[in-house]
Amino acid sequence: MTLLELRGVSVSFDGFLALNDLNLQLAPGELRAVIGPNGAGKTTFLDVITGKVKPSRGDVLFRGRSIVGQSEHRISRLGIGRKFQAPRVYQNLTPRRNLELALRAPHGPAALLFGALSVEQRDRVQQLLAVVGLEAHAHQPAGGLSHGQKQWLEIAMLVAQDPDLLLVDEPVAGLTDEETARTGELLRQLAGDHTVLVIEHDMEFIRDLQAPVTVLHEGHVLCEGSMEQVQSDPRVIEVYLGSDTQEAA
Amino acid sequence: MPDLLSGRQLRRWLPWLLIVVAALVLPVLLPPFRLNLLGRFLSLGIVALGIDLIWGYTGMLSLGQGIFFALGGYALGMYLQLASLQPGELPEFFSLYGVKSLPAFWQPFNSPLFTFFAIWVIPALVAGLLGYLVFRNRIKGVYFSILTQAALLVFFNFFNGQQKLINGTNGLKTDTARIFGELVGSDAMQRNLFWLTLVLVIGAWFLCRWLSSGRFGDALVAIRDDEPRLRFTGYNPTAYKTVVFAVAGALAGISGALYTVQSGIVSPQYMAVPFSIEMVIWVAVGGRGTLIGAVLGAVLINYAKSLVSEQLPETWLFIQGGLFLLVVTALPDGLMGWWRQGGPARLIAMVGWPPKAATYPSLDLDPEVQAEQRRFDDGSHGGAA
Amino acid sequence: MDLLYDTLFNGLAIGSVLVLAALGLAVVFGLMGVINMAHGELMMLGAYTTFVVQNIFKAVLPEALFPVYILVAIPLAFLVSGLVGLLLEKTVIRRLYGRPLETLLATWGVSLILQQFVRSVSSAFAIGLVLAVAGGLLIPRFTPKRWWHQRWTPLLGTGSWVLSGLIGIVVASLLGEQRTLDQPWFSARNIDVTAPTWLRGSIDVGAVNMPAARLFIIALTALALVAVSWFLQKSVWGIRIRAVTQNRPMSACLGIPTQTVDALTFLIGSGLAGVAGVAVTLLGSVGPNLGGNYIVDCFMVVVLGGVGKLAGTVLAALGIGVLSYIVGSGSLLLVWPAMPEALNGLISFFATTSMAKVLVFALIVVFLQIRPAGLFPQKGRMVEA
Repeated sequence: MTLLELRGVSVSFDGFLALNDLNLQLAPGELRAVIGPNGAGKTTFLDVITGKVKPSRGDVLFRGRSIVGQSEHRISRLGIGRKFQAPRVYQNLTPRRNLELALRAPHGPAALLFGALSVEQRDRVQQLLAVVGLEAHAHQPAGGLSHGQKQWLEIAMLVAQDPDLLLVDEPVAGLTDEETARTGELLRQLAGDHTVLVIEHDMEFIRDLQAPVTVLHEGHVLCEGSMEQVQSDPRVIEVYLGSDTQEAA
Repeated sequence: MPDLLSGRQLRRWLPWLLIVVAALVLPVLLPPFRLNLLGRFLSLGIVALGIDLIWGYTGMLSLGQGIFFALGGYALGMYLQLASLQPGELPEFFSLYGVKSLPAFWQPFNSPLFTFFAIWVIPALVAGLLGYLVFRNRIKGVYFSILTQAALLVFFNFFNGQQKLINGTNGLKTDTARIFGELVGSDAMQRNLFWLTLVLVIGAWFLCRWLSSGRFGDALVAIRDDEPRLRFTGYNPTAYKTVVFAVAGALAGISGALYTVQSGIVSPQYMAVPFSIEMVIWVAVGGRGTLIGAVLGAVLINYAKSLVSEQLPETWLFIQGGLFLLVVTALPDGLMGWWRQGGPARLIAMVGWPPKAATYPSLDLDPEVQAEQRRFDDGSHGGAA
Repeated sequence: MDLLYDTLFNGLAIGSVLVLAALGLAVVFGLMGVINMAHGELMMLGAYTTFVVQNIFKAVLPEALFPVYILVAIPLAFLVSGLVGLLLEKTVIRRLYGRPLETLLATWGVSLILQQFVRSVSSAFAIGLVLAVAGGLLIPRFTPKRWWHQRWTPLLGTGSWVLSGLIGIVVASLLGEQRTLDQPWFSARNIDVTAPTWLRGSIDVGAVNMPAARLFIIALTALALVAVSWFLQKSVWGIRIRAVTQNRPMSACLGIPTQTVDALTFLIGSGLAGVAGVAVTLLGSVGPNLGGNYIVDCFMVVVLGGVGKLAGTVLAALGIGVLSYIVGSGSLLLVWPAMPEALNGLISFFATTSMAKVLVFALIVVFLQIRPAGLFPQKGRMVEA
């Protein structure tokens, strides 16, 4: 039983293949890291899953059903949440309101107008604010937060959304070592109940996650395995460091 | 007492106090003509509230609110025309164009109840439909503005061109019609209409406040800040934008109806392109994102316009053009924004009466520090487009 | 059949004016994402330049030279509108990059000022204006330096402009006592440009009668298109413009002076509006409101054509122009007299210039349901980042 499956997905932008026959499977509860050099198609890969980009070929299955062609909000409601590469929070809302909007709850206009948040939901928001250390900033617009705080707020929003599949794009860029360690811990805790896919450049962080790694290169999967296996794979070394001939030159 | 007058409280309550006093005192003081003007401008405040909702909160700049404004006006205008006729008669203009019987789509306007709903439901439906067709294709930003303006021009052309159906350029007059046996244009009726307008402005203000606070309002602000992000959280912005655009349309319709009965005529001029952009500038000058600013802006600018137009008609366009430039470059948050961010205190400080400093005066009042502070403030809401 | 060609030819001529008018707008919008609401007024300036050039030729130069005045007017109109556009960019638009909706409002303000300027400018007015601007610019130079580093400096800055503005107004009204100086240059009335004799005739090709003026417009449009695409594709500055369009920060890093590029683009876009203004004078009399008649159509071209491709602009403009002409002139009825009754009724319903706009707009909205990003959409991950 797989939760998410990509079958031969290709994406073409005016002839340039951002993804090229990509195949990937995620089991429920799995924690998976995806790495790859710049331009390997990592962000496009998330765009395809979340419905922002429609694949030119291939299929994306979530719980065995194709989600290709569905709009972003429907895919999100199926239980797929996403954190963006550059932190994207609602600048003019306070962290508390950012989190309240992200909560897993009915998302229609009527529900927001006439429904109220339950006590549990309010507690959950309060608890999440405490987890990411933003209690003191709960009443200022989020636009004034530091980069690291925005990163954490967005991760908290993802957790509040409580999706089955979490797609996390560069969660630790711009964080201190301590914050990085805590983020890793948080993601490991989430895995099990949730399925987590992390894209990251920080190799230390990936190693600490102790998760299987998928390497993307030029829009397809180069290899999969543990961090040690991947790091010793000559093909990976080649794409990260350039070919031998270039090195010799 | 000192607490009540401390900067923050004062900033918050003073505008309200002024408004309440004005609402109570002005009807007594003003001669009927001036009171009628004030009533008209207040009714424009309602359309401004709608614009504030869609532009100030949701970030969609509509240049076509005149459509809904005029639709509301026409609905009420036609009802008044029909209501003051003897059975079997037709409004005068129809006979001029050789129309023998009332066109079918005007028939329901014989009913006051239908008209009561038509004034706001028809504009809301038109706005909702137009909005839905645009929003569902994710057309936004300037493209949305341009399309609303084009739609406005289309309605303008249509209403101007259809003499037989709606009396074309001449529009519909309401002054000689009667409600409850009283002439609409009479002083007593106009005074009642002023009170009605005041009540409805306050009602509209509460409606907008209800919509813009709470989680629905948060979602609107989130659309303005980062619409795609909201989609990935499971929201469908199209639904929100359609709803809020329809509400703004309904408010515009009510506003148009009130304006029509207080100025005595509704004509396609209400759909002229410049008028709808003017509406936006009322909100901008008053302070977008502040509801009270929208009403204040509408009243102030229109009062200024009527004063200037009486004295020096040819300078009004210069002044108006200058206002557009000034408000965009120097006062991006409008008068209310300036007021709430302590603008008056800064102004006083410039002429040498420094405000009470919260920290070390020498530091807090240093021009360089203040410049930095302003830069920081600007940066923090740089995301608002 | 000839009638069909005749219709197509006239539609093409009307469409060409639209191409010319929208070309500048599309260049500016494509590069800077700036919607210039004053574009129509820049066209109007071009038209008035033509008028002035014509009068100078009539009054000062020998009669034999009169036929070439229009050829002199084209570069001059380009220059006048271009320089006004440059001034606009340097003073207003530069402060507003990245805030398209604000730019839209600010340029609308400018358009109001330009319209009223043309209506009321007289010698006295012009002298007063020059004095006011000169005063505002020069006061900082001739006052002690240390005045400009005080707490109240912002007040001084505003104050000096207010003061010089007042001086300008006083001087203008004093000079206005003199009859000759108070005479408005153009007044609010429409002006007529007499086409030289060689543009008044017509050429017959087969049975199709082609007025020379319209042929001239088509030729002018073609020339402008070739010039613009050559400039963008081949010239150094054109390549820089395209580089900045695609990646502003990277271009800046590579040493391209992006501010100069912006200014240049705006100058060219505005200049093209001026050239379009020359073409418009050949179609009939023009007035201060000229801009309003074209601006919405130009925006529709931009929406329909998509951003960044000249082909899209040309196709959209020709499409809208030809379609509006064919529907609006009712020539479909002449071409196909035997059409079914129902269709006939429908077509004659839309067979006026203003009703044709209604139909064309409806078609555009339908088209956008299928292709929301216009004829030539941009693709890739840069879109809606």
